[in-house]
Amino acid sequence: MSHQLLLASPGSNFTELAAWWILAIVAVGAALGMIFTRRAVHCAVLLAVVMLILAAMYAMQGAPFLAFVQVIVYTGAVLMLFLFVMMIVGISSADSIIETIRGQRFWAALAGIALLILLVVAVGHAAIGPAAPSGPRNSSANVTDLAALIFTKYVFPFEVTSALLITAALGAMVLAHRERTGPKPTQRMLSRQRIASGRPAPLPGPGTYARHNAVDMPALLPDGSTSRLSVSGVLASREAGRQGVATAELLEPGEPVQIIEAGPDEDADDQPADLDELDEEKL
Amino acid sequence: MISPAHYVALAAILFVIGGVGVLIRRNALVVFMCVELMLNAVNLSFIAFSRLHGNLDGQVIAFFVMVVAAAEVVVGLAILTSIFRTRKSASVDDASLLKY
Repeated sequence: MSHQLLLASPGSNFTELAAWWILAIVAVGAALGMIFTRRAVHCAVLLAVVMLILAAMYAMQGAPFLAFVQVIVYTGAVLMLFLFVMMIVGISSADSIIETIRGQRFWAALAGIALLILLVVAVGHAAIGPAAPSGPRNSSANVTDLAALIFTKYVFPFEVTSALLITAALGAMVLAHRERTGPKPTQRMLSRQRIASGRPAPLPGPGTYARHNAVDMPALLPDGSTSRLSVSGVLASREAGRQGVATAELLEPGEPVQIIEAGPDEDADDQPADLDELDEEKL
Repeated sequence: MISPAHYVALAAILFVIGGVGVLIRRNALVVFMCVELMLNAVNLSFIAFSRLHGNLDGQVIAFFVMVVAAAEVVVGLAILTSIFRTRKSASVDDASLLKY
């Protein structure tokens, strides 16, 4: 029985206190890191740490069902959704350091400290006693008790929850749906376009040199020059962005590293390289 | 001797950190994550009070909070992607058309 394993025995208060201290320090550290780290991905990883620690704390407090739900729903689903959106928005999206409102950080920190003092004083004055001896902690049937409660006393909120979930799913579909502005290009249109462009053949594949077995190397043409079209525009701009050493040293002296020839309308919508440049500008 | 007050204190600290994050961060994704942190902190206090009272009502409420938070994240992130599609930015400062 997994939930029995998760429940600490009643006499192990010292163990729980030690575990609480360790977990609490790590959780507060990770939460502080969340607001100080600048990259959104680091923030997500630190949030995962906090959520897993909270799951452990739920288990310590006799809530094994919620501990598992926390891991599955929060760390598994919600955080993965965050990471997916981060892929769309740009993995390296970082905050800018410039304050748009003067003194915003100072006042925010002051308000935070004030709220913390308020809450700590409130909790300190509340005289929260020890846990009830016959609480859910000693119950070995947490899941069945919870199910009985949900389907008897809380059955109406539970049903309303289903309406909420359906509404949320519909809303997400409506909001994330992109209306097609033009007609969908047929195969005939595409092939006409390709013939009319003067390049009926597909673009050349990436070249792989003996020294660098990588796709960001441009292909060699029969006359010995390199083909700009052989490198994906994403890779080319990323390479140019970090002053690609490998590409530059293998190119002809007169050949610039800029290999971007993709039209602006080809993949302008979701091209991560563009986003990187945007973010660099913002910094 | 550990008491539910320990957990409530930790929940208060995490809630405040999340609130400060919402106030000072300007990447909308990070703001959302800080809101999630606040919701999680509240859940922790719900479970601590559930243990204090010795019944499971607090755990049921925490369960509902999780469901609502999941729905909120889904809709919020959809709004975020549609804003990003038009503004090419995830900063909360850039969605300011209604201000003028």
